[in-house]
Amino acid sequence: MHPLSRIATTPKLERTGLFLVMLLTLAAPAFSADSVVPASNMPWWFWPMALFVTCFLIGIVAVPAGIGGGTLFVPIIGGFFPFHLDFVRGAGLLVALASALAAGPMLLRGGLSSLRLALPLALLASMSSIAGAMLGLALPASVIQTALGVIVLGIVTLMLFSKKSEFPHVAQPDRLSSALGIHGVFIDGASGQSINWQVHRTPLGLMVFLAIGVMAGMFGIGAGWANVPALNLLMGAPLKVSAGTSGLVLSLVDSSAAWVYLNRGAVLPMIAVPSVVGMMLGARIGARLLHVLKGSVIRKMVITLLLFAGIRALLKGLGVWV
Amino acid sequence: MTQQVEALRYAHLLDWGARIGVLALVLSFAAYVFGLLPPHVPLEQLPTVWDLPVDAYLQRTATPTGWGWLALAHKGDISGLIGISLLAGCSLPPLLGLIPLYLKRRDYFYTGICVLVIAVLALAASGVLTGGH
Repeated sequence: MHPLSRIATTPKLERTGLFLVMLLTLAAPAFSADSVVPASNMPWWFWPMALFVTCFLIGIVAVPAGIGGGTLFVPIIGGFFPFHLDFVRGAGLLVALASALAAGPMLLRGGLSSLRLALPLALLASMSSIAGAMLGLALPASVIQTALGVIVLGIVTLMLFSKKSEFPHVAQPDRLSSALGIHGVFIDGASGQSINWQVHRTPLGLMVFLAIGVMAGMFGIGAGWANVPALNLLMGAPLKVSAGTSGLVLSLVDSSAAWVYLNRGAVLPMIAVPSVVGMMLGARIGARLLHVLKGSVIRKMVITLLLFAGIRALLKGLGVWV
Repeated sequence: MTQQVEALRYAHLLDWGARIGVLALVLSFAAYVFGLLPPHVPLEQLPTVWDLPVDAYLQRTATPTGWGWLALAHKGDISGLIGISLLAGCSLPPLLGLIPLYLKRRDYFYTGICVLVIAVLALAASGVLTGGH
């Protein structure tokens, strides 16, 4: 098949990604003569290209590993690329936001995302994410880097030891969730069964989402890793509804924090655009490979990668491995 | 299935907002890397400033904060912020679209929540709240 005809039959987003690779590749020689990074002897276009490829790969493994791309993005790019952590966190929020926006409409249409559950949580988490973003931009980079290392190692622990419950048992909804009418029905694709769900411990859940918002804004890592356990294990929403609703909450929380970074000047298109497109393209491929790749193997690989990136962030923040 | 009506409207508006944002992002980036729009910070100088903290970067490159970038939107690098702003703001139309549905059902609590989320997003977007080193 002719390469161009293959591009024409590729889904829109993949075409966009291929277009971006071609852009960077075609534009590169025009600047190669006088564009040299003094510190690394790399031409300027090397890093955006490397960023695109890295994000593409992160996107592929993030889906089968069951983790948001933003969670991998900040520790890996912050640890191994020459960009300042301020810009990496700004781009990280946009990566997480773009991923949430790409999946959000489909999940809503499929009944796997609940607006009634998401909106109250998103309200509190959005407010606190603004505070987290402001705090993150006010603190010295070394403090953020150290705290990021601790958080990433915490995520590794959570991934290793946290349990999931496909259909948690909620004997009785709490008064707040009853008053708000937070309940629903979804059709489980695997069994074809209609599942009624309700939630409990809503006041505690709201408090937890306040804390999640602060972390999302401060570190730019998205918050799917915390949202899903909070919704599933704490509030008792079914796992699929938790994952779907988490994306909807993320889209609002990350928007609020992203505005703070944007207004503060901490979003560089040269870092953000290749990251966003690479990640979205990789996630599409990852979703297609979901049935081919062995999820448990990918998950172990991602945990190892996160462990390494977390240790790197911690040591970089402490000035041990700069 | 009133929930489904809300979900469908929200999904529809969010979907289009995100598509427009990604399209603007890619087009402006193409204009940037191909030099169709001259950049505010020359491409070959980027590696000398992208490792600086944001305050030092802004000072070195004379880049404005808040909505000041709009005055430089004709510059290649700054034009990328149009698509990024569209992505960051694309939740606003779906939220606004929910309000008439909730009002019609006299669901004043969720109407209020939508208004508050919109207010929080608008406050974040306003540029009033910014941190700094």
